[in-house]
Amino acid sequence: MTPAKKPKLAVWKFSSCDGCQLSLLDCEDELLALAGEVEIAYFLEASRATVKGPYDLSLVEGSVTTADDVERIRRVRQMSRKLVTIGACATAGGIQALKNFADVGDFISIVYATPEYVSTLATSTPISAHVPVDFELHGCPIDKRQLLEVMTSFLHGRRPQISSTSVCTECKRRGTVCVMVAHGTPCLGPVTHAGCGALCPAYDRGCYGCFGPMETPNTPSLTRQLHVLGMGDRGVERVFRTFNVEAFEEARRDG
Amino acid sequence: MIGPEALDDLVAALKGRGFRVLGPTVRDGAIVYDDLESAGELPIGWTDRQEPGSYRLDRRDDEARFGYAVGPHSWKQFLFPARISFWQARRVDEGGFEVREPPPEGAPFAFIGVRSCELHGIAIQDRVFLEGRHVDRDYEARRRDAFLVAVNCFEPGGTCFCVSMGTGPKAEAGYDLALTEILDGEHRFLVQVGSERGAEVLRDLPRRDAETLDLQAAGAAVEGAAARMGRSLDTTDLRDLLARNLEHERWDEVASRCLTCGNCTMVCPTCFCTSIEDHTSLAGDEAERVRLWDSCYSVDHSYIHGGSVRPSGRSRYRQWLTHKFGTWHDQFGTSGCIGCGRCITWCPVGIDVTEELAAIRATEEVSDAND
Repeated sequence: MTPAKKPKLAVWKFSSCDGCQLSLLDCEDELLALAGEVEIAYFLEASRATVKGPYDLSLVEGSVTTADDVERIRRVRQMSRKLVTIGACATAGGIQALKNFADVGDFISIVYATPEYVSTLATSTPISAHVPVDFELHGCPIDKRQLLEVMTSFLHGRRPQISSTSVCTECKRRGTVCVMVAHGTPCLGPVTHAGCGALCPAYDRGCYGCFGPMETPNTPSLTRQLHVLGMGDRGVERVFRTFNVEAFEEARRDG
Repeated sequence: MIGPEALDDLVAALKGRGFRVLGPTVRDGAIVYDDLESAGELPIGWTDRQEPGSYRLDRRDDEARFGYAVGPHSWKQFLFPARISFWQARRVDEGGFEVREPPPEGAPFAFIGVRSCELHGIAIQDRVFLEGRHVDRDYEARRRDAFLVAVNCFEPGGTCFCVSMGTGPKAEAGYDLALTEILDGEHRFLVQVGSERGAEVLRDLPRRDAETLDLQAAGAAVEGAAARMGRSLDTTDLRDLLARNLEHERWDEVASRCLTCGNCTMVCPTCFCTSIEDHTSLAGDEAERVRLWDSCYSVDHSYIHGGSVRPSGRSRYRQWLTHKFGTWHDQFGTSGCIGCGRCITWCPVGIDVTEELAAIRATEEVSDAND
């Protein structure tokens, strides 16, 4: 039997902090196995050497915030058999989507010494707002075990097993005492997408919602409870307006 | 009768017989179930204050070992763990593979501090997993030799309603030993024997015979608990009441509060739903099938070809409540609820099943009129 040609993997960056790409490099124990199964053809975070497309699997990090991004994501889509977005920026617009709720001109004039050099769109949008996406992997940053599951499922032609239930599911499975019920700590776990393994509550912190809204988030009900626990309107606005601001705002509008 | 210090002998006697001894201990602001090295790790002098959506530890003004109600954990996490590996497979040569079934780890268990409601919960899971044509081999291996030290309740919690469900507060059956803690006068425990194994373990402990006064004090402690239930539930005709009210407007009201987070099902000692995940290694030369706690609150739980049968939170809450209190009778011959109150306390927004069921009962006519 002749060995099959290895699938070509590409990793792309848009507006982002590179943290999700680092999750791939973080797969230290599995990286050699991965390199054995795929040809890492385009991954500037890891290597300057690149191989031309088309690519069998593209992982896309980052959101669309410039006119150039709009064009570039279309080219990436054309070159990619499967396109998977990774992280809160690519799946929800990221923390930079805060500008969607303000005047971008105000930000530019305040933040930059030479505002005329800055060319940016008024909004930060997820990749799926521009091109069809085959799978969205949530998280800020993504979880490396979930990234491996997505790549493994791609290699073997099956659907990724990524649960979209609440963080509470993971909290209870690992036996963590509920920080909200037992300590009165405000927590976004009940409305947040699982995937991190319920990391923060295991260290006595409320969930920050890094993985965005779960499958059926009841944000109005949780908001009432956050008030009961002593959080004011401004506090509630702040906890929902972080890495997944656009996704949580959408959930709150629909709720 | 034994004294508080004899609890150390009890732990040692069980350890000496090869049991993994588990019991209540204070951790992370709650009384959880975990490994016990000695009886000194019991929640001595602690109690809990529970209400819908709230749990707080509090100090007692005595040295009670079991002066609290049930906490966030239940024994199902040992008998029916949140995650088990069914089998692991490995490719050995071209076309061939070998399959390994990992044996259950940790058993045999000895549980110290099992409440009457929890004995009923274990009995319900026994029916689910051990009766009928399909015996759950993993549960069977964990459950078979488990040694149960029950404790009769004298300090019920704010969300307890075992008296309504007929499941407590006094342990009636299904234990090896049952303790009743007596704080009135000399701090002591009445020990009742429920099995040959229990009698044999008791012989290792320093003890004296119970006198009439001891029996009276023990009886009074349990009767006091029965009179101080935090909640109550009218169970009359509950199965049919729910069957008649599947379109009651209360389901919409509770759905507006329900987070569909699944906490109630995870803390429930009788909930038994699972999902199966198959995992493969990157190279495709290793595979594993695992079983995980699932919940009827997840969209995927009712996924069949083409979509989920219960896409709305309303349909999922209704499924849980009508199964637990209604159709469970048809399926297993009893209610699925043991009245422990965990689903009330550990619901992040404090939804109270006793309140929901009472509301449906109280407003049934209104619903009928609307039909």
